[in-house]
Amino acid sequence: MTNDMTWSPLLGRLSLDAIPLHEPILVATFAVVALGGLALLGALTYYRLWRYLWTDWFTSVDHKKIGVMYMVLGLVMFLRGFADALLMRVQQAVAFNGNDGFLPAHHYDQVFTAHGVIMIFFVAMPFVTGLMNFVVPLQIGARDVSFPFLNNFSFWMTASGAVLVMASLFVGEFAQTGWLAYPPLSGLAYSPGVGVDYYIWALQIAGVGTTLSGINLIATIVKLRAPGMTLMRMPVFVWTALCTNVLIVASFPVLTAVLAMLSLDRYVGTDFFSNDFGGSPMMYVNLIWIWGHPEVYILVLPIFGVFSEVTATFSGKRLFGYTSMVYATVAITILSYIVWLHHFFTMGSGASVNSFFGITTMVISIPTGAKMFNWLFTMYRGRIRYELPMMWTVAFMLTFVIGGMTGVMLAVPPADFVLHNSLFLIAHFHNVIIGGVVFGTFAAINYWWPKAFGFKLDAFWGKVSFWCWVPGFWLAFAPLYVMGLMGVTRRMRVFDDASLQPWFIVAALGAGLIACGIGAMLVQFAVSISRRDTLRDETGDPWGGRTLEWATSSPPPDYNFAFTPVIHSIDAWDDMKRVGVAAPREGFRAIAMPKNTGAGVILSGIATVFGFAMVWHIWWLAGAGFAALLLTAIAHTFNTDRSTHIPADVVARTEAACARQRALAEGA
Amino acid sequence: MRLSAFSSLQPGALTAQYYDLDEHDHPEGASTLFGFWLYLMSDCLIFAMLFAAYGVLGGNYAAGPGPKDLFELPLVALNTAMLLFSSITYGFAMIAMQRGRTAGVQGWLVVTALFGAAFLAIELHEFSNLIADGATPQRSAFLSAFFTLVGTHGLHVTFGLIWLGTLLVQLAKHGLTDAMRRRLFCLSMFWHFLDVVWVGVFTFVYLMGTLR
Repeated sequence: MTNDMTWSPLLGRLSLDAIPLHEPILVATFAVVALGGLALLGALTYYRLWRYLWTDWFTSVDHKKIGVMYMVLGLVMFLRGFADALLMRVQQAVAFNGNDGFLPAHHYDQVFTAHGVIMIFFVAMPFVTGLMNFVVPLQIGARDVSFPFLNNFSFWMTASGAVLVMASLFVGEFAQTGWLAYPPLSGLAYSPGVGVDYYIWALQIAGVGTTLSGINLIATIVKLRAPGMTLMRMPVFVWTALCTNVLIVASFPVLTAVLAMLSLDRYVGTDFFSNDFGGSPMMYVNLIWIWGHPEVYILVLPIFGVFSEVTATFSGKRLFGYTSMVYATVAITILSYIVWLHHFFTMGSGASVNSFFGITTMVISIPTGAKMFNWLFTMYRGRIRYELPMMWTVAFMLTFVIGGMTGVMLAVPPADFVLHNSLFLIAHFHNVIIGGVVFGTFAAINYWWPKAFGFKLDAFWGKVSFWCWVPGFWLAFAPLYVMGLMGVTRRMRVFDDASLQPWFIVAALGAGLIACGIGAMLVQFAVSISRRDTLRDETGDPWGGRTLEWATSSPPPDYNFAFTPVIHSIDAWDDMKRVGVAAPREGFRAIAMPKNTGAGVILSGIATVFGFAMVWHIWWLAGAGFAALLLTAIAHTFNTDRSTHIPADVVARTEAACARQRALAEGA
Repeated sequence: MRLSAFSSLQPGALTAQYYDLDEHDHPEGASTLFGFWLYLMSDCLIFAMLFAAYGVLGGNYAAGPGPKDLFELPLVALNTAMLLFSSITYGFAMIAMQRGRTAGVQGWLVVTALFGAAFLAIELHEFSNLIADGATPQRSAFLSAFFTLVGTHGLHVTFGLIWLGTLLVQLAKHGLTDAMRRRLFCLSMFWHFLDVVWVGVFTFVYLMGTLR
């Protein structure tokens, strides 16, 4: 379908051929998704939940709800991305001895590209953005973020990108280029289909959301901290969030620019990255990694923040080396900008350049190592409680250290010439991303779930999930380390050497075990929701927390804090508990809060249509979509009725109810 | 230590120590200008990338025309003057705003828009000349980078004009409210930012190009 596409003014390149009816796997997937989707829509209609979803969630500008929506988006896309992973593991386990496996090359290449794109942009990014959105305003004692509407809009733009990626599964195809779409492969000559265009527009639209959300959170942290919270009294999670958002604002525009140049090459016929007329594909590789390397720190820094909070709380101690933790975070932030070339030592930049980037890369392990020791020393002589968040933290420390060490191995240019593009590299970055970002997200979900919903997660199913995930991870990726050292390269669909098959079978079993872990986690959510009355957290502080989010009730009221707390020390809530401060019971005032608005949903809906039209070259629709985007945005600026007051008596009633609940919990 | 310092206080005093009991609403839009600065810096990075691309590809003529063959410095100088004047007149609009004179703001904004439109017209004229001469964005990597960098700046000016028109309508509707002042200030920063970027384009692309 790719090479002989015809164009019509009405539908562009879109025709019935774009529906992949000839691929049974896709048809079956579509049937399942369609039936599941219909069931979901039916259930929502049957239980009359549409109005509730629209008014209480979709149009909400409350940072807590937006944070939860990001997490839900991440979770849904995680299932999709993991399904891709399972397909690849099974394909590679069976494609030996002349067996072609079950995935044709055209499909297999889309699967590994989609897996990477989805896991980074639509799983890991929503997870960390969601966590920062939910936690940061609570931890700094604020009522919301600086720009609440922008926050809602950012979320929906990310969701719009996710919708485009999902659409590519059933209408047309996705890129077959690998997750960074290097030209000339991603150029028009070698990728004439719509796959790369889906890739470009999904990332561009989601990127708008990411950049704006970065700006929003920086402004929030800089401008909205509670009185007394100097920079060096901010919780470590807020510090890591600040650094991450600085990285976002300082790196996502690079991605925007480089993808814009790639789209000009594809749409207009310019020569930025072509091999003819003076273009330079190597410039693309440089530019995209100037975004791409900071991106991995964007993902992992907030997670380091999570581990810092969890370790201190569950060791019952103040975090060891707060100041060094802050400086280590800032050092990593800066260093992350001068290591990008280690992704392509083999390009041939010369020994001096490679040495420079090899050394800067190794230097990053020093602040990271400092963090590791800080966590260990926090645990040392602490009263450690091995609740689920702490278990994930310990699993992280054990796993991530190995991933860090293989990273230092890869940072040695001569070693990299052997290991480049091998399964060793695949094992390394899954080791740090799963062992770091994924484990950290699970720690965070278990840690902050009671704050978000007012009840704890079930510990039994959480432990089942944990004990499937951690050994499953090692079973899945240890064979890849071994095979990578033997020289097996990445992205292979079939293999000639039958002696490799046992390793791939072990890796597939590991992926199966991880699948059980994911299943157990979904069961954990379901069980916890149905047993929520017995798991209820009445105190607002179920873990003996140390930072301000635990100073308010669970779930927090819309306004977070009836009175803004005043900060006197690093662990503000721990300080308040030790001194025995009583929360004020009277003198409540009306609180100004931003109003909900549907503008974000509408704008992102139009953006989705615009992106789809650009992908399929439906120019009239793209033009109309762009004009509609502009007009809607302008119309929104005419809406001056944006804030509302929560009356003082409502605040008083809410606070009295919370106080009663807390007193009951303490009495019981 | 802190415990002993405060424990002698009454419980109510402790509460007052740890909660802001006499709180007032934050003024609306307190973070807007700071947030807009952050946005401008992110936009600046997009231009930085396009400059970098031009730096890398700017000498790759692919046996086609180079800057010396293409650029007409007098025309570009006139164009630059239009944009610089528009920045000055926007400054006058802001002075009128400080003095609270709505009509003055509107008048200077219209003048600014006229200069901006003149800038765009000259730029389009230049582009159409180049394309008519066969110096299209598809001709060489140098021209791809040139059209993209200068065109992106031109697109920004176009959006600035749409924004300016919107603000003129809102100014007529709301007058110089705090929100309107904030919006005018944001557009002001945006406009001057485009001016600064243009100084870079003029120097780096046109002047140094003709010296190449």
